Amino acid sequence: MPDPTITDSSVDAARDDALAAIAASTTLTELRAARTAHAGEASALAQFNASLKTVAPDQRAAAGKLVGQARARVAEALSSREAELAVAEETARLASEAVDVTAVATRWRSGARHPLSLLMEQMADIFIGMGWEVAEGPELENEWFNFDALNMDEDHPARGTQDTFFIDPIESHLLLRTQTSPVQVRSLLDRPLPVYVVSPGKVFRKDELDATHTPVFHQLEGIAIDKGLTMAHLRGTLEHLARAMFGDGAEIRLRPNYFPFTEPSAEMDVWQPNAKGGARWVEWGGCGMVNPNVLRAAGIDPEVYQGFAFGMGIERTLQFRNEMNDMRDMVEGDVRFSQQFGMVV
Amino acid sequence: MRIPISWLGEFVDLPEDVTHEHVHAALVKVGLEEEDVHGFELSGPVVVGKVLEFTPEPQANGKTINWCQVDVGEGEPRGIVCGAHNFVVGDKVVVSLPGAVLPGPFPISARKTYGHVSDGMIASARELGLGDEHDGILRLASLGLDPEVGTDAIALLGLDDFAVEVNVTPDRGYAFSIRGIAREYANSTGATFRDPVSVVESVETAATGFPVTIADDAPIRGRVGATVFMSRAVRGVDASRPTPPWMVSRLALAGIRSVSLVVDITNYVMLETGQPTHAYDLDRLTGGITVRRAKAGETITTLDDKQRTLDPEDLLITDESGPIGIAGVMGGASTEIDAATSTNVLVEAANFDPVTIARSARRHKLPSEASRRFERGVDPKAAAPAVARVVQLLVELAGGTADDLGSTIDESSAPTPIDLPEGYVEGLIGVDFSADEITSSLSAIGAAVEATDTGWRVTPPTWRPDLTFPATLAEEVARIVGYDRIPSELPTAPPGRGLSREQRLRRSVASSLASAGLTEVLAYPFIAQGSNDLFGSAVAGPVAAMTVANPLDPDAASLRTSLLPGLVAVAHRNLSRGLTDLALFEVGTVFLPQPGAKYGSGPLPAGDARPSDEVLGALRASIPPQPWHVGALFLGDAVAKQPGQPAVATGLADALAAAHHIAELVAAPLTVVTGHHQAMHPGRTAELRIGERSVGFAGELLPSLAVELDLPRVVAALELDLDALIEAGATQISATPISSFPAATQDVSLVVAADVPAGDMLALLREGAGELLEHAVLTDDYRGSGVAEGTKSLTYALRFRAPDRTLTQAEATEAKTAAVALAATTFGATLRE
Repeated sequence: MPDPTITDSSVDAARDDALAAIAASTTLTELRAARTAHAGEASALAQFNASLKTVAPDQRAAAGKLVGQARARVAEALSSREAELAVAEETARLASEAVDVTAVATRWRSGARHPLSLLMEQMADIFIGMGWEVAEGPELENEWFNFDALNMDEDHPARGTQDTFFIDPIESHLLLRTQTSPVQVRSLLDRPLPVYVVSPGKVFRKDELDATHTPVFHQLEGIAIDKGLTMAHLRGTLEHLARAMFGDGAEIRLRPNYFPFTEPSAEMDVWQPNAKGGARWVEWGGCGMVNPNVLRAAGIDPEVYQGFAFGMGIERTLQFRNEMNDMRDMVEGDVRFSQQFGMVV
Repeated sequence: MRIPISWLGEFVDLPEDVTHEHVHAALVKVGLEEEDVHGFELSGPVVVGKVLEFTPEPQANGKTINWCQVDVGEGEPRGIVCGAHNFVVGDKVVVSLPGAVLPGPFPISARKTYGHVSDGMIASARELGLGDEHDGILRLASLGLDPEVGTDAIALLGLDDFAVEVNVTPDRGYAFSIRGIAREYANSTGATFRDPVSVVESVETAATGFPVTIADDAPIRGRVGATVFMSRAVRGVDASRPTPPWMVSRLALAGIRSVSLVVDITNYVMLETGQPTHAYDLDRLTGGITVRRAKAGETITTLDDKQRTLDPEDLLITDESGPIGIAGVMGGASTEIDAATSTNVLVEAANFDPVTIARSARRHKLPSEASRRFERGVDPKAAAPAVARVVQLLVELAGGTADDLGSTIDESSAPTPIDLPEGYVEGLIGVDFSADEITSSLSAIGAAVEATDTGWRVTPPTWRPDLTFPATLAEEVARIVGYDRIPSELPTAPPGRGLSREQRLRRSVASSLASAGLTEVLAYPFIAQGSNDLFGSAVAGPVAAMTVANPLDPDAASLRTSLLPGLVAVAHRNLSRGLTDLALFEVGTVFLPQPGAKYGSGPLPAGDARPSDEVLGALRASIPPQPWHVGALFLGDAVAKQPGQPAVATGLADALAAAHHIAELVAAPLTVVTGHHQAMHPGRTAELRIGERSVGFAGELLPSLAVELDLPRVVAALELDLDALIEAGATQISATPISSFPAATQDVSLVVAADVPAGDMLALLREGAGELLEHAVLTDDYRGSGVAEGTKSLTYALRFRAPDRTLTQAEATEAKTAAVALAATTFGATLRE
């Protein structure tokens, strides 16, 4: 028990003991012990403080000041030491928590869309941006929508079993659509005029799978029927698509061709300004002004309405746009193929 | 169509240094697609030589070679070893000298062989690329040639010619001829066109007296099988004469093998005019010719010596002995000309109905040069000049004499004029064509153009049956002027509404599955019947799948009723490539015929007018439902083993999590109940429902099946009817205000029979606790000591909250007690102390 008498020396001694103990504390736990010992109720300074009431009134102010200053000094030392130690301890803890950020375990895995889906969606969105809509229809279709309504009569060569998958029995007139054009027919039958739609989707042709063919592939076809549409509008639309997909330098070249559902018809080439091996023309698809017979099949008066249609293969587009050589990579489902694209095509 | 350049040059002026690039570019511009270029691929020196003497030298290998001295015009003869024996001293032959390269490529050099230095090679026709003849060397006398020694044989034999190949679209039958191509070249370049038909104007075409009858009693689609039949006799034809080299080389470049002089001439005229022609041995014809349909069961032996059973739709050329040819497809063997003798010939050129010929060629699998042309339409006015041209060549080259005997039937109808209103072409093409551009383009393609009050009356030429309405004429104008003139103009579509809700949600599902770590797959819908039987449909068990009548692979003729077989096949392929941790998905359609329904339609309506609503309705109803499904497959580890992270195997949990994820994306209230599926693990399969409707399942494949499929034992699978889910989803969410008052949380542990589904219990607690229960989750499922055998203790963490006040613990306890009471009465649950 220290001397309870308040003197300069006894208070200074208690204060110095306290400061020494605080300075000697190296952890927050030690500091807590020092606080109890030197600033707690049982501490010398606390007792000096308690004994102030027994000090003679004429000396009480001086004694109070002496004790108060000592206690304030200790309290300040405690708080600053506590802050120092807290920082040190947090720093040590952070150091102990450090990991190799190049080898952190992951609980997520990386997935991917199929690039054909991405490309088809991207192309459709360009048309959405022009106010067009996306139309869909059945893959297993009645022959009428796939051929007759498209000005391909019963003797058209493409209607043979060589090129088209028919559903058993053949007399049922069902087939797997060879193009997404039956969706256009359904759109013309069902939608109010004018019609501006694209129809992306799966189509089927009897080709064995090889580097450049697949019996199941995807197309994006478009049709616009309105008053006063011309081949110039066809070119303008295709050029907009080409520029959105291949850059501002892209251009469209039309070459005369023949399709039963369009007249005039054209083969369309695209100028790919940023092709890896250098800018080039690439055959992209077919197009033309919708044949009046197709409009008649949908009950539209070709004297009043006319328009254009076009179509291109998505596989082919992916092939020349993304420098792919082998069609088989697109159909086999090897996850490494899609994962190199991720969510971007 | 292959076009030998020298031949083309007879009918249009070509640049002196003409290249295939030039010709291709000119033809592409007017709509003929570039295909290829063909040449003889040889280079000189290849010269005419004369055999001065030769010595047969028997060899150890049993062969005898000839050591020849050949004069090639150099003063000194060259010594050449030759293995052939079909020549005599004095014969003129083709010698390739050292430095020459023959097709192969086969470079020629002086080389030591059989004890001599052979200073060149005496060539056969095949070695020169002139045909298949390889029975000996080419004797120029056999071609009727006696050139000077040393003459360049490449030019002599036409081996310096080359051909461009273009693709002819089905509407342009006339372009299957040098005549048609020359016209298009002229249209493209402005060169002057000389119609080949005019080269026979001097030949007298009137011929009569040969009886020909066209008796078609069963026209197809109302079209008579034959409308033109021209014939003329040529007597004393020496069929054994050689075909001249210029003709052989042109035929070879055009892709047609030289056969014999008479056949070569008919082929040559077909290539030149586009009109198929035929030569009968006049002396083997019995009576006159009748063109008629076949009778059921009738047969014919065709030129290829095959006996063919005919169909009543086949159009025949017959004489009194019976069928002597399938019209437009192939001639018969009985009237074939014997190439060895002198004979009398009846030359025929007819015009047959395209549909009849196309069907016969397909039926008998006999696509020929002739049928290819008839199918696309032959100029009915080309028959007479073609006969005249054949006659001319038979007289010139085969020593024949034209006879007056023949026939001239022409019942073809004249082309129907088309009224082309002023402004129509501009309004369709979007180019301000001048009136002169329109009329001169149409004149250039051979049409007769006559001005009217409202525009023009255009009569198409006889070789353009495809020109039948104004748009076809507009194409001709645009094509001749050039598609490059078409400007670029963006049309203004009416405002659209963006993607439909279904389209947007399907994309969203695919994108978020990919974001969640699954990889998208696009599998073929063709699968084995057995796979469909096994996986059935995700929503209705096994269904009778639709099948393809003419599949590529007969073992994959069934159309998928589930996405899983395709995913399984893809998983298998990835596994075989060493990729073992897989999470795959597909968003695609399945083909789900309804039980008992019959699909398909009767005869189809014509495509020239909108069918009635009733007929259209029937067409629409003729196909089976094809809903969009989403399927997923999980194999291997969901989380790979890493430092501080043990591997986490995939399983049912992944499939279920994906199902809930998808349902949340489309805001559909999906519920999970214990499920059963023949291909799935009986204890690890969940049926997924919207209300009482089953919309799919999630689970693990039956392990024995997985092993049978060469997959690991644990394969988690999910399939959902995405259409049904989207249909059930909320289209718009009504928001409830968020309470900011404090929550009261309580746990509850309930002991129930072990077979009570925890999910059902949770639903019950929610129901019993009422509106104050904000959130509830199962936190423990305990079995073992302290809990009776056959029972389990389920612990749920409950969070209560009121919208308008701070909840007291007493209120929370009251709600919990109500929940426990309901659990007690429904499942006999007791509170675990």
